[in-house]
Amino acid sequence: MHPAPSVIIFSVFSGMGFGLLAFLGAGVVTPSGWAAFLWWGLGYGLAVVGLLASTFHLGNPQRALLAFTQWRSSWLSREAWASVATLLLLAPVALSDWLALGWPRGIGFIGAVLALGTVFTTSMIYTQIKAVPRWHHPVTPLMFMVFSLTGGAILAGQHLLAAVLCVALGAVLLAVYRIGDGQFARAGQTMGTATGLDRIGEVAVFEQAHTAGNYLLREMIYVVGRKHATKLRRIAFALAVVLPALLLLGHGLPFVVLAAISHLTGALAARWLFFAEAEHVVGLYYGKR
Amino acid sequence: MTCLPATTQKKLGLAIDLDTCVGCQACVTACKGWNDQGYGARLSDQNPYGADPSGTFLNRVHSYAVQPEAGPAQTINFPRSCLHCDDAPCVTVCPTGASYKRTEDGIVLVNEDACIGCGLCAWACPYGARELDQAAGVMKKCTLCVDRIYNETLPEEDREPACVRGCPTGARHFGDFSDPDSKVSRLSAERGGYALMPDMGTKPVNRYLPPRKKDHPQEASLLAPLLDIKASGFAGWLDKILGKI
Ligand code: SF4
Ligand code: SF4
Ligand code: SF4
Repeated sequence: MHPAPSVIIFSVFSGMGFGLLAFLGAGVVTPSGWAAFLWWGLGYGLAVVGLLASTFHLGNPQRALLAFTQWRSSWLSREAWASVATLLLLAPVALSDWLALGWPRGIGFIGAVLALGTVFTTSMIYTQIKAVPRWHHPVTPLMFMVFSLTGGAILAGQHLLAAVLCVALGAVLLAVYRIGDGQFARAGQTMGTATGLDRIGEVAVFEQAHTAGNYLLREMIYVVGRKHATKLRRIAFALAVVLPALLLLGHGLPFVVLAAISHLTGALAARWLFFAEAEHVVGLYYGKR
Repeated sequence: MTCLPATTQKKLGLAIDLDTCVGCQACVTACKGWNDQGYGARLSDQNPYGADPSGTFLNRVHSYAVQPEAGPAQTINFPRSCLHCDDAPCVTVCPTGASYKRTEDGIVLVNEDACIGCGLCAWACPYGARELDQAAGVMKKCTLCVDRIYNETLPEEDREPACVRGCPTGARHFGDFSDPDSKVSRLSAERGGYALMPDMGTKPVNRYLPPRKKDHPQEASLLAPLLDIKASGFAGWLDKILGKI
């Protein structure tokens, strides 16, 4: 699948932002005054930047509000609702922290759950797609959630918790790669089943349907850069998991900032791979994956 | 509404005969020609005369070489367009309600005025039947020529999809698969029509008719007796000499 920058930025930034909002909402950290303004602002900023980025890959963004209508069937629509609900619900909590209004925190817990729920809906947009076997597995939402929690914990300055989550993320990433690599074969689709010609014999492409590129080849049959996959996996693992975990053993803000930057970079690399490595079954018609 | 109808009154679709299809691409052109000026946004081309041309098509024809266990390989041409699936995943993922399946005839359509061009439906389709038009930013797909099949301003014989009408070998057949007596249902039953990637759970309506069994090629040439010519005269002498060396 084509790793569009807008979608990578959307899912990584909003995931991290909602992770931080979850920690703030649940009161794991309770900043006050301008510290609260900056902290909540960071959470809101990341979430909103991510959501805005997601509109950049739309062909007709001016109609984006229609995306709220189909929550009964569509995970994308559910995500729209969950994100807006979270941002609205947590606003009074943020305000109360900033201006020391002392409003009750109960709503913050609901907001925290909703924030993680939002990340879940994001992950389900990909997980639901049966035609991309690598994504179509419960480990996908798990990865999105743990990424969000880890990023959130780092930004919330929770040294120990964040380090533990880094380790958990490492385990999840290993599982993602291990399971993901076998998913296409497990889905059992071949050029033979795609064309149904396996009932006659061994199928091979004789001539392509068109000599130039098209939307399908660009969007779903993205093969560029897969050859560096192993290298990129190591980089993503080092930057998203190992380095931040080590940095978090240090004390003070600089360590947290460095850990956050490293984790963010690693997360972006991992998300790039999440798309670039994912193979759509339509590639079978073209003899490509 | 992007929830799928529990049942549809008809199941309109195509039966595509892989035995007759000669891979001429006439259906590709007929489809592009008709749908470029009718239903919804045009099917745009990018850089059509340049080095890297690309464009939106609702129907593509592939060619495969299939090697049976015994006998020579076969070339099989393979048209690919929307299968108007009963359990269309492209419809349920759509956040705006732009993609829908019609209750009356089962046709899967896109309401372009509501489409935000997110591309998710194209991801959800296992068959590559949807292409996002790069000029209009909306999703294009086979409409089963909904603006022909019910169009009373067209002569009766033209009230079928452009690809069916345009096919010079009659390899594409249009009809109602919910009626077991329809032409397409009978064809499919007689010829062992099959669905593509049934394990994807999409329940396609369109059926593909597999190529018929090939004759066994004659083992010996009909000309064999004639070919067994005994050389005589000078040629015979030469044959004998050369054979001995
Ligand atoms: S072939 Fe693809 S676009 Fe057509 S109905 Fe089935 S899933 Fe949807
Ligand atoms: S591209 Fe259009 S039709 Fe397809 S899912 Fe998005 S809004 Fe719906
Ligand atoms: S039915 Fe119409 S829109 Fe569909 S492939 Fe044929 S010509 Fe194109």
